[in-house]
Amino acid sequence: MGENAVAHNSSNSAGLDTDTKSTRSQIGEVILALENISLAFGGVQALSDISFDVREHEIRAIIGPNGAGKSSMLNVINGVYHPQQGTIFFKGEKRHQMNPHKVASQGVARTFQNIALFKGMSVLDNLMTGRNLMMKTGILQQALYWGATQREELAHRAKIEEIIDFLEIQAIRKTPVGRLPYGLQKRVELGRALAAEPTMLLLDEPMAGMNVEEKQDMCRFVLDVNEEYGTTIVLIEHDMGVVMDISDRVVVLDYGKKIGDGEPDEVRNNQAVIDAYLGVQH
Amino acid sequence: MEGNVVTVSATAGDAITFPRLLEKHAVERGNRPAIREKNLGIWQTYTWLQVREEVEALAGGMAALGFQRGDNLAVIGDNRPRLYWAMMAAQCLGGVPVPLYQDAVAQEMVYVLQDADVKFAIVEDQEQVDKLLEVLPQCAALKYLVYDDPRGLRNYQQPQLLSYERLITLGREFNTRHPSHFCDQIAQGNPADVAVMLYTSGTTGKPKGVSHTHTALIHTANVLVEFDGISETDDLLCYLPMAWVGDFLYSYGQAYVTGLCLNCPESTDTVMQCLCEIGPTYYFAPPRVYENILTQVMIRIEDANPLKRRMFRYFIDVARRVGINVLDGKSGIGLIDRMLYAVGELMVYGPLKNVLGLSRIRVAYTGGEAIGPDLFNFYRSMGINLKQLYGMTETCVTVCMQKSGDVKLGTVGAPMPGVEVRLAENGEVLVRSPGMMKEYHGQPEATKSVINAEGFFLTGDAGFFDADGHLIIIDRAKDVGRLAEGSLFAPKYIENKLKFFPYIKEAVAFGDQRKHVTAMINIDGAALGDWAERRNLGYSGYADLAAKSEVYKLIRECIEKVNLDLAADPKLATSQIARFVILHKELDADDGELTRTRKVRRNIIAEKYAVIVDALYSDVDHCEIEAAMKFEDGRSGVVRADLRIGSAKTVVSPEPSVRRKAA
Repeated sequence: MGENAVAHNSSNSAGLDTDTKSTRSQIGEVILALENISLAFGGVQALSDISFDVREHEIRAIIGPNGAGKSSMLNVINGVYHPQQGTIFFKGEKRHQMNPHKVASQGVARTFQNIALFKGMSVLDNLMTGRNLMMKTGILQQALYWGATQREELAHRAKIEEIIDFLEIQAIRKTPVGRLPYGLQKRVELGRALAAEPTMLLLDEPMAGMNVEEKQDMCRFVLDVNEEYGTTIVLIEHDMGVVMDISDRVVVLDYGKKIGDGEPDEVRNNQAVIDAYLGVQH
Repeated sequence: MEGNVVTVSATAGDAITFPRLLEKHAVERGNRPAIREKNLGIWQTYTWLQVREEVEALAGGMAALGFQRGDNLAVIGDNRPRLYWAMMAAQCLGGVPVPLYQDAVAQEMVYVLQDADVKFAIVEDQEQVDKLLEVLPQCAALKYLVYDDPRGLRNYQQPQLLSYERLITLGREFNTRHPSHFCDQIAQGNPADVAVMLYTSGTTGKPKGVSHTHTALIHTANVLVEFDGISETDDLLCYLPMAWVGDFLYSYGQAYVTGLCLNCPESTDTVMQCLCEIGPTYYFAPPRVYENILTQVMIRIEDANPLKRRMFRYFIDVARRVGINVLDGKSGIGLIDRMLYAVGELMVYGPLKNVLGLSRIRVAYTGGEAIGPDLFNFYRSMGINLKQLYGMTETCVTVCMQKSGDVKLGTVGAPMPGVEVRLAENGEVLVRSPGMMKEYHGQPEATKSVINAEGFFLTGDAGFFDADGHLIIIDRAKDVGRLAEGSLFAPKYIENKLKFFPYIKEAVAFGDQRKHVTAMINIDGAALGDWAERRNLGYSGYADLAAKSEVYKLIRECIEKVNLDLAADPKLATSQIARFVILHKELDADDGELTRTRKVRRNIIAEKYAVIVDALYSDVDHCEIEAAMKFEDGRSGVVRADLRIGSAKTVVSPEPSVRRKAA
């Protein structure tokens, strides 16, 4: 009988269902490992000697003050930036750097800190672009829209409709993205990433600029994605409440260095982390 | 009331219950659509045969879990086919479906679950499951909790939980073991059994479970069907709460009586789009829905190019002049006007109705609240046969309805066939009809207090008949008060007049035993936001907008217009509004200020905002208020504000000799 769990649910002040964390799909083997990554832009050392790993099905948060190197880290995983030093193990394969296109086709999708959708296109069309890598027919066939192309498009559309249902954005299916409020645009961007059916999802500040209610919805969706599809999630987030509530493990960066790594409670009590956030007298 | 010649078809005499109607439709029109649902972007149709099969499996599943005659089934969620089927499955087994308002918070559900002694519940999704699990310790009787949408529920371990699919599987197994159980149970059904229990939203006190029998509901649905000529080819969109008597009667009742098709929208946010795609032929909406539609149309017209804007205005003027007469089939409309109206239909009204999903409408109803004259006439002038009705949960609605071609604004029409309406000495409307409820569940005292010895139901509404026998409702009988000097004070009448302005969303009038009338105003954030935008008036949010002096000026003008209007009526001239305040927050059902059907709870508001009321009746020009409010996530907080009190000009009533005749 889960009465305790129930009581806990309802009393949780942020309304976030933290219980799912402990019971959801089993966290598996290491899927991505970064070892001694260093990245510099000219004289600016963005990341220095950072190592951490991500396990299958887990929600891994990267936190840190502004300019700590969080987005750079995501870009390294994504293959947009190429680190000068270090190695990356992804799905058992060792490499020095990642290649964005290859990474995407291996099942890594991402969202951006500043929304990067096609503003003039409808939500539906934006989501369809997420299926781009999976479209097999050629440009000529697509222009004629006949036979295999038609079947393919219907299959993709069916998948997109599932995502629309999942994210509860039926009402804005045909609305141009530019006309949507910010919170919904964020949701659409998550939808586009999901359209690629990723095994790993990189979320760059998915809740930035949202109000409490939108944040709750987004948390719900992130947890649901993780639970329903078993997707591994790496997220950058500034809202500590969110991070502590939904992530399994947290890595903390400050000035390009790793200063903490572990479960939310460990990190919360880590003196270096507290200093980095609250400041310390020199 | 005498002289209603409409006869009701004889079905009521044949021991008809809703389950037997299902059997009938499965045989007579097995392959016609019974219900549609938009799922993953595509409308899915279920025929009567499919519905019967699904209901049989569901009923089997419930029987397998021990659902017995007389048990109650709680149904909570948006309008979903599966929930409608569950209601039918419960009725087939001789049980009673108890639909609950899906937006009620968990604690509000406790009372109903306890009162109805609910053992089984079927709910839509995780949101509802969470609410029921939260109150599970208080509802010991609740044994099974079935959910339709499994999303997010994968790891819920509670033993009470069961998916809809699992229930169906159980049911199919049960039915192969007991092949005749389903039909036997239907055969045992008695028309005098309770068919549904609908909890009233409770403007005062705890909600009461209104029990209706199959006979009463089916009889009433038949009356409705005859009144407007509804047939199996009609289409309805189900979007109003399942817990509301109207949805049960208009959607479920009419569908089972005629075999017409119900349509369930994809989600609550897509109702307008679904309306457009389905194009229902019969439509019911409270006035606020019509108002929202009109507001949106007007906003979009403002943004249209000048040519379209001028065309729209021109033809709307034409419609205003002749539209209603065309609709009512009156003679004496000039040839030119007829032609202009036809052109307007082609250029403006037709396309507009198409966009709104109202082009196939044969009959549209509104009720529950008074509807503004501009609003009502707008739709009618465009050729939409919008009519008003009057009724309440206890009488299966259907007390008075306006007849096509005989529609008078300000009245709710003449009594329906078979319904007797009488006025008590204090003006209270009394009703006796075949659609009368059986009782308030488990409250014989309460039942006795509302149904008198002669079998008349005391509606609690005050009203009177006009010269043509149409009923006019002015207010709740108990709310009709007196000003200190003794003249009549009908707060709702005044509030409605205020609410007819697009900028005013809600209004609460005070004045009983006072020297003059005052009002609390709730502005319409969307409409006024737009108004402010057009005037380059910056504001940071609802509270800020509500406090703007420009807004105060605008609202004062509205109030002064109402005062002018009131001054024309000798009985109500003293009820002019002297002082008013604009509230800093929207009145909300979550804060207990409105009922779930969004009617103002005047007493609760008066208590909660006592500081403001006192200020309204003193000389101060502002007052500070602290109000508790509940956020949508269930947390609560306190909002503080400093409100300004505005005063409005009142008009001296004209001399009796020049007085307009009161309507």
